[in-house]
Amino acid sequence: MRLRTLTALSGALALSLLTGCAQSSGTGSSRNTVTYWLWDANQLPAYQACAKGFEQENPGLRVKITQLGWDDYWTKLTAGFIAGTQPDVFTDHIQKFGQFADLQVLEPLDDLGIKDSDYQPGLAASWVGQDGHRYGAPKDWDTVALFYNKKMTDEAGLNADQLNNLAWNPEDGGTFEKAIAHLTVDKNGKRGDEPGFDKNNVKVYGLATNGGGEGVGQTQWSPFTGSAGWSYTEKQRWGTKYQYDSETFKSVIKWYFGLAKKGYLAPMSDYNIQSNQANTQVAAGKAATAFDGAWMISSYKGFKGRDMKTALTPVGPTGKRATMMNGLADSVTKGARNKEAAKKWVAYLASDACQTVVGKYGIVFPATPAGTEAAAAAYEKQGIDVTAFTRPVNDKKAFRTFSFPITGYAADVSALMKPQMEDIYGGGAPISSLDKTNDQINFILNQ
Amino acid sequence: MTVASSSPPSRLPPGDTERVAPVREARARAHGDGALAALFIAPALLGFLVFLLWPTLRGIYLSFTRFNLLTPAEWVGLDNYDRMIHDPIFWDSLAVTVEYVVINIGVQTVAALAIAVLLQRLTQSALLRGIVLTPYLMSNVVAGLVWLWILDNQLGIGNEIISGLGFDRIPFLADETWAIPTIALINVWRHVGYTALLLFAGLQAIPNDMYEAARVDGASEWRMFWRITMPLLRPVLAVVLIMTVIGSFQVFDTVAVTTAGGPANATNVLQYYIYGSAFGRFQFGYASAMSVALLVVLSAITILQYRLTRAGRSDLG
Repeated sequence: MRLRTLTALSGALALSLLTGCAQSSGTGSSRNTVTYWLWDANQLPAYQACAKGFEQENPGLRVKITQLGWDDYWTKLTAGFIAGTQPDVFTDHIQKFGQFADLQVLEPLDDLGIKDSDYQPGLAASWVGQDGHRYGAPKDWDTVALFYNKKMTDEAGLNADQLNNLAWNPEDGGTFEKAIAHLTVDKNGKRGDEPGFDKNNVKVYGLATNGGGEGVGQTQWSPFTGSAGWSYTEKQRWGTKYQYDSETFKSVIKWYFGLAKKGYLAPMSDYNIQSNQANTQVAAGKAATAFDGAWMISSYKGFKGRDMKTALTPVGPTGKRATMMNGLADSVTKGARNKEAAKKWVAYLASDACQTVVGKYGIVFPATPAGTEAAAAAYEKQGIDVTAFTRPVNDKKAFRTFSFPITGYAADVSALMKPQMEDIYGGGAPISSLDKTNDQINFILNQ
Repeated sequence: MTVASSSPPSRLPPGDTERVAPVREARARAHGDGALAALFIAPALLGFLVFLLWPTLRGIYLSFTRFNLLTPAEWVGLDNYDRMIHDPIFWDSLAVTVEYVVINIGVQTVAALAIAVLLQRLTQSALLRGIVLTPYLMSNVVAGLVWLWILDNQLGIGNEIISGLGFDRIPFLADETWAIPTIALINVWRHVGYTALLLFAGLQAIPNDMYEAARVDGASEWRMFWRITMPLLRPVLAVVLIMTVIGSFQVFDTVAVTTAGGPANATNVLQYYIYGSAFGRFQFGYASAMSVALLVVLSAITILQYRLTRAGRSDLG
């Protein structure tokens, strides 16, 4: 009797577990709810405000926003695609776009009527796949600039004007190298450009490190490779030949990582993606300057007891300054439960109505010009000067902006380039080793 | 159960009841036990089938396919194995893994043995045994993160102390030569107490009179360790070694939180490479092939260890 009860109970338990697994969709959405994922916690309030506006315009529809940290975000999204529990709409990154396009998990958005001219230059075009269909609606953009600790630059006798007019070249490093050498201070108080400087016992580095930069170097070497005229691939989008074996690229990389050998750039061993990124080094007073992106503005602003300012990227051998201009987009998943509602939400996210609201929060630059303006005004209200980030977009004469490399097999490129660049930076591998890795990459792209 | 309380057959004389009933009772119990045993085994069996046997078989099947999880798997025969044999990163990661296992198991076994013997010969304190076990109570990820912060080249308190003492800072987790030994030792720190406790349990089984007899004969502690403790502990030590080596080959979490395989693939252990290929690059076919290779390596090592250490037989009694 008791035995039978036990059996029945355990059977029921097993069954409920199994069916429980099968049924829980994880998103808890109905057809009238659009599920939306983003990774930046700072932006959550802004998009919640957008969702409210959307719900007012579309009675009966609801938006459910989920925020997840960057790493978990992509893991969970991948798992979601496999298990069929993906969100209806998600914030998409160029680095992942090629892969998602290959995996065919995105819904074409051609009928949204996205026009290039409605957004900052280049942003809309990046989200058209190799097949000619659009898979993302422009959401925001970011550029890279030089953050500096004003107290340290003051002590070194460098003013804002000088810092905004630095120039570099791969031969002697130009005024840029001179500046960061002068900002470097060793244990005995000697500066990097003074005789007797001890490069093995540096107290404050002129330039903080963000690691080897994988195959992209967004906040590492790309302001230099860009202003030297180099491009990642043979054409702007969906190229099939990476150019890591070009002499220009190699000369810039050799000079850039050479700064670490001279003691001006923090060494590879000081970088850790978990515990010690460039912003941490600056916050801890271990570095005077750091290249970092617009998404970090509020983080740098928040450093206690540090007066942080920003400067334009230095002028390169081409006579121009350069920065990557990267943009995020919103994409609809192929498995979205209510595609029409999902597309409506994406169209709303890409509209001035939402982007000016987001801009007013002063945390990110929205993709539409009106949204960008709203953001610039909001930053100004907070006492933050963002010209170092906005000028590259407005002043094409002085600046070259370029996008994140958009190709297939992005994950494979990154898997090969990450150890390669780390090995040059920290392991003493010769620059010529880039040739072989570049061949491997191009072999994969053309298989 | 219910049978046991039933009345004995009436044709037997009253005196025989007691003699016969136990036999019937035992048979009945055996029958009842079978059903009960099946019931108790069922969850484990279900788990074994669903979470172990099926994934293993499917993994082996997938190793012969090109599979990105989202589109149907495509049979490619031995392509993945061919690629594996010609993949320098695979061999490199296997070498890194072996280096890790040798340092991890080598240091851990010696240290655990020393702790276990000290616990047995010097003290009976349960508190000490508890303290020895404490690092094991921490999750691997937490242990990895705590050590990451302690050992950080620029900001870590460990390096502050080292430079305070006048030595050069050591980039423990950021240098290609230091990274693997550091990770191996972090995991020794976490696991040594648990391993010591397993060995300690083995030591408890060695009769104390052997030590007393040896002492009467004038043997030193050192001699007793080599002549009594080691030979009699061998079967337990062998099992512990097999278990820890298998666990050691599967190192992943500590690597994932401290170095993410870097710098320059210096800590790209096999499990991490497999994970990256599968969940980073969506090459589940290739990742499965490497997993099968790991399975073969582990099986071979286990069989070899089992044979060499005669783990199935004891010298005791």
